[in-house]
Amino acid sequence: MDARDTPEQAELRRTARQLARELGPRTVADLDDGKRIERLALAVRDAGWLELRHDGGDGGPLASGVEAAIIADALGESVADVAFAGPVLAADLARRAGVSASDGAVVAFSADLTDAAVVPGPAPATRLYAVDCATGSPNAVYVLVPEGEGYRLAHAQVDGASDGADLTRRIRPLPAEAPLVAVPHQSRLLTRADLDSWAALGLSLTSADLIGLMRGVLDLSVAYAAERRQYGVPIGSFQAVQHLLAEAHCLVEGAFSVALQASWAVDHLGPDEARTAGRVAKAYCARAARTVCETAVQVHGGMGNTWECIVHVYLRRALLSSRWFGDDGEQLRQLQRTRLGVADGPS
Amino acid sequence: MDLRDSPAEAEFRTRFRAWLAENNPGLPVSSTDDEYWARQAEWHTALYDAGFFGLSWPSRFGGHDLPPVCEVILDEELAAAGAPPRPSLGYLVQGITRHGSDAIQERFLPGLISGRERWCQGFSEPDAGSDLAALRTTATRDGDEYVINGHKIWTSYSDVADWCFLLARTDPAVPKHKGLSAFAVPMHQPGIEQRPLRMINGITTEFGQVLFDGARVAAENMIGEPGEGWRVAMTIVSHEREPGELGYVARYAKTVRELEEAVRADPGAFRSDQREAVAWAYVQAEMLRLHVRRRLSERLDGIHHGPGGSVDKLLMTWVEQTVGTAALAVAGSRAVVEPDDVALKIYLYSRAQSVMGGTSQIQKNIIATRILGLPAA
Repeated sequence: MDARDTPEQAELRRTARQLARELGPRTVADLDDGKRIERLALAVRDAGWLELRHDGGDGGPLASGVEAAIIADALGESVADVAFAGPVLAADLARRAGVSASDGAVVAFSADLTDAAVVPGPAPATRLYAVDCATGSPNAVYVLVPEGEGYRLAHAQVDGASDGADLTRRIRPLPAEAPLVAVPHQSRLLTRADLDSWAALGLSLTSADLIGLMRGVLDLSVAYAAERRQYGVPIGSFQAVQHLLAEAHCLVEGAFSVALQASWAVDHLGPDEARTAGRVAKAYCARAARTVCETAVQVHGGMGNTWECIVHVYLRRALLSSRWFGDDGEQLRQLQRTRLGVADGPS
Repeated sequence: MDLRDSPAEAEFRTRFRAWLAENNPGLPVSSTDDEYWARQAEWHTALYDAGFFGLSWPSRFGGHDLPPVCEVILDEELAAAGAPPRPSLGYLVQGITRHGSDAIQERFLPGLISGRERWCQGFSEPDAGSDLAALRTTATRDGDEYVINGHKIWTSYSDVADWCFLLARTDPAVPKHKGLSAFAVPMHQPGIEQRPLRMINGITTEFGQVLFDGARVAAENMIGEPGEGWRVAMTIVSHEREPGELGYVARYAKTVRELEEAVRADPGAFRSDQREAVAWAYVQAEMLRLHVRRRLSERLDGIHHGPGGSVDKLLMTWVEQTVGTAALAVAGSRAVVEPDDVALKIYLYSRAQSVMGGTSQIQKNIIATRILGLPAA
């Protein structure tokens, strides 16, 4: 048992952080810099990170959930405005179904963003959402179509603008009645177990993104507290401010520890155990991230409540990552079902 | 990263699980009952004699030279079996190992680890709690001995201890942090008076006050150099803040497991907020278990005696108090209408965790200034 990064994982972590820091937005104004966004997207693609969950030749992925989480964490730390988890999750789902993922494809989610969208008919009856779409359009979007005990993949095209809370990742609605086309050459039906393992990856990647966000926004807040002066001294010398930041630091450390297990579990534990590990991590990370991001807004004071202060970019992204694959409340509800024998979840 | 047990770890886990199946003493959690404390020495000796205590400590002192992560494997198995946690004294081992001479280590570590000699820690005083360096107990040289005078408080297990790891002022003329020295003081002698304290949950055997009035200790029992006491104390408290040293993962997991069983027996009898409190306590306890796995893995790079213990202490405190709150929530009115309800005791005891071993406020000061690098207040 060894929870440390291998030398290769440590190197990947270092590289990914460096790339995200160089090419991610430093200011809110940077979010409008199309050239930078393009360079970031190309760098992520050239690094091969979007292919981590492609078939490695034996049906398994090229890289494990640990490597995928390392990159999600690094991108979150710099609020990197590039699609990563969305395309990686689509590729992972396609691999499990035995098809090769279409370039830039993402998965459609139910309106609460908790589960992959399941559509029984020829077209969805309700509005669904494609999450973390790549720039450019249109995007192919996967939905699940029930067949017997399992699911087939179908896809639709989405187009149009994104205007969700997160200023760094695109959400596109898939309109009700959008026509679905069966994905050809699907060699096997997706099972419930496949979807549990896949959801474990989703829970791990969203948790990792939250950890990166927490660390990034805490670093900004500590730097601000050391620099911003009131009463003639840095506000970071006041215990009231210090204690908020110290608590936030502990939450980041605890979140990191709990999410390591979830990222490892994706490929090393069975579907149920992996999903439970993901639920535990997500419940902790979602609660922690809310507190840490709110602390960051508070420590930035009046500036923290302006659009031009980048802190809200972290908070907004955390809101999406918390909700995607289920927030803390949802995870606790599911843990009650599986661990406490609460049949249909609490009322 | 590989979170699987290695073959050696799996073998250890299997062996311990088999032993535990036959030897679980079925004691209550330490926080709820005087019986736990009365029989703790027996449990320590049983673990030690079977080769399951001091796993990662040097074999020449009675340990087993196993990788540090074996300690958390032990905790996980104790929790799974609903067995009591391992005795918490790793921080004293760390203090003696880091600061004691070879002679001190050889004299004291074997008895400490085997449980044949029992220890308490004499640091806090009525007027020196968070401001530990303000302590006033004196140790005055007299030939080959020091003479001890002073008043220690909140001293755990003082009434059953053979030795006290005492912090006392040996030089009143220098600044307060520089005049302290550490000693191994024999507790069975005239000049030492025990005054038990009753905790808020009614436990009487856990901690007390100790009055030193002309007690004596051999000069050779000094741990570290004269004036090194503050550094010795900081080593000890930094490790006293680590759940991996304390074995508390097992304590929390045992309580959470019992709460889950209570709800599972009749889920409909509990409101959704009560059930959610249990689910959240499970998440918190799991976080700490995984955090300890990470910290003990990091020890493969060498033991670090730094401010990281303060982070662990705060995380541990939040877990203990979350578990305590969940116990109170599940108990409902039982906790207030029945005498000495177990859930009430768990809850009340959990309030001490944000004070003992350094208050949460002190931990936050340490994290802010020494980890985050913020300017001192």
